[in-house]
Amino acid sequence: MASADEQRPGIRPRATLGRRLDVAARHAFPASLTVLLMLLTEAPFGFSDQTTLLPAVALISVWFWSLYRPGAMSPPVVFCIGLLLDMLDWLPFGTGVLILLLAHGLALRWRRVLGRQGFVLVWVAFAAVAAAAAALEWLATAILNWRLISPGPVVFQAVLSFALYPALAIAFARAQRSIANPERA
Amino acid sequence: MIHLSIPTRQALAKLTLPVLVAASFGLMLLGKADALLADRARVAFADALAPIYAALAAPLGAVRAGIADTTNLWSLRSDNAALRAQNDELRRWQSIALALDAENRRLKEELHWLPDGAPSYVTARVVADAGGVYARAVLVSVGPDHSVKRGQIALDGDGLVGRVTEVGSRSARVLLVTDLNSRIPVVLQGSGAHAILVGSNGPYPRLMYWPEGAPPREGEHVVTGAETDAFPANLPVGTVHYTSARVPEVVPAARLDSLEIVRIFNYGLSGIRDPEASRPVADRRH
Repeated sequence: MASADEQRPGIRPRATLGRRLDVAARHAFPASLTVLLMLLTEAPFGFSDQTTLLPAVALISVWFWSLYRPGAMSPPVVFCIGLLLDMLDWLPFGTGVLILLLAHGLALRWRRVLGRQGFVLVWVAFAAVAAAAAALEWLATAILNWRLISPGPVVFQAVLSFALYPALAIAFARAQRSIANPERA
Repeated sequence: MIHLSIPTRQALAKLTLPVLVAASFGLMLLGKADALLADRARVAFADALAPIYAALAAPLGAVRAGIADTTNLWSLRSDNAALRAQNDELRRWQSIALALDAENRRLKEELHWLPDGAPSYVTARVVADAGGVYARAVLVSVGPDHSVKRGQIALDGDGLVGRVTEVGSRSARVLLVTDLNSRIPVVLQGSGAHAILVGSNGPYPRLMYWPEGAPPREGEHVVTGAETDAFPANLPVGTVHYTSARVPEVVPAARLDSLEIVRIFNYGLSGIRDPEASRPVADRRH
């Protein structure tokens, strides 16, 4: 992290302990925020269908940060977030990990193209990812439980992720430019 | 730190994602091969989180109650009238119930009826939803030295909620009757016929395997059956309702979508065997 920063020419402040801590905190921000939001969706608010929020929030976070700050959302971090998703959502082990890693991989691959596009196109691309993720989660749950499950939740989950994306993405975009930006340390 | 050349480092970075994807498949296999290990990991995790959610439950509950109170203010007059009418109706029923209860007790005395033992129970707060998109369960906080065991039965004020499936040191998970994996032996009160209540992850579990010639009737009360020694007889479950496709479902009596407090009963039943019971006996005696 810091070594890549040092290789670039230019004048920069001395790497004091406070500054290094600041940079580290900014790097850790996306993952910490994701974990916090995921834990928050399980709090007893008493909304109906509150459980559907958890996979939606995890997917949106991983997608957004993989696209705009992949340095802070590396594959091992995504793996850990996926593990947390499996634990909290009582999914068959490995399902959430696989879905989030695939979303992360797609975001990295499409980064060159999507990074230059406006918000709406990124949102449309996310809609496809959300639909695929919901379908994959349904399929993996059905196969690993060896039981036919009604596909109703797939549509609901995909639509919820799609609808929730702008609200979270706008807040994330602000954070990305301010709190989560290591160059502003 | 180990110093690697830049091409090696780049190659390693490219390998991370495929290796981790392979690891996720490995996790799936591990979860399938050793379901107990996966369950224990989840319970330990839920245990760690339960106190946090328990601390959040009280203020969040207060906020929710405040919102409900303000919305209730609007319908205060009409509610009052409806409650008065209902109260008159219930008073009439109460006198009938008291008379029947006295008669029932007298008859039982004459028959030398062996009374059911009074079950012990603990009351616990529901602190989080322990389900997911494809599971229906709640996490209850039960305190550090509890006596809750797997297979015990959870009820709310109105009816059957579900069964304890996992127990940690501070929390327990109750599988709701609506979960996909829930199977409950029930009795249709009108005909006395036995059936199985099968959860479907939807709000209304389905009735299956009733005897030929005794189909469930619309509005019929459904109670638990004591057949498998997993449930005591006659706990209220709900009422029969037919869908538009003529499939009999049960509308649960318990308010499963807004559970706040449940009672977990120990009826001393042994119908559900603990999968961890293969451990030596000395180990399990506390």
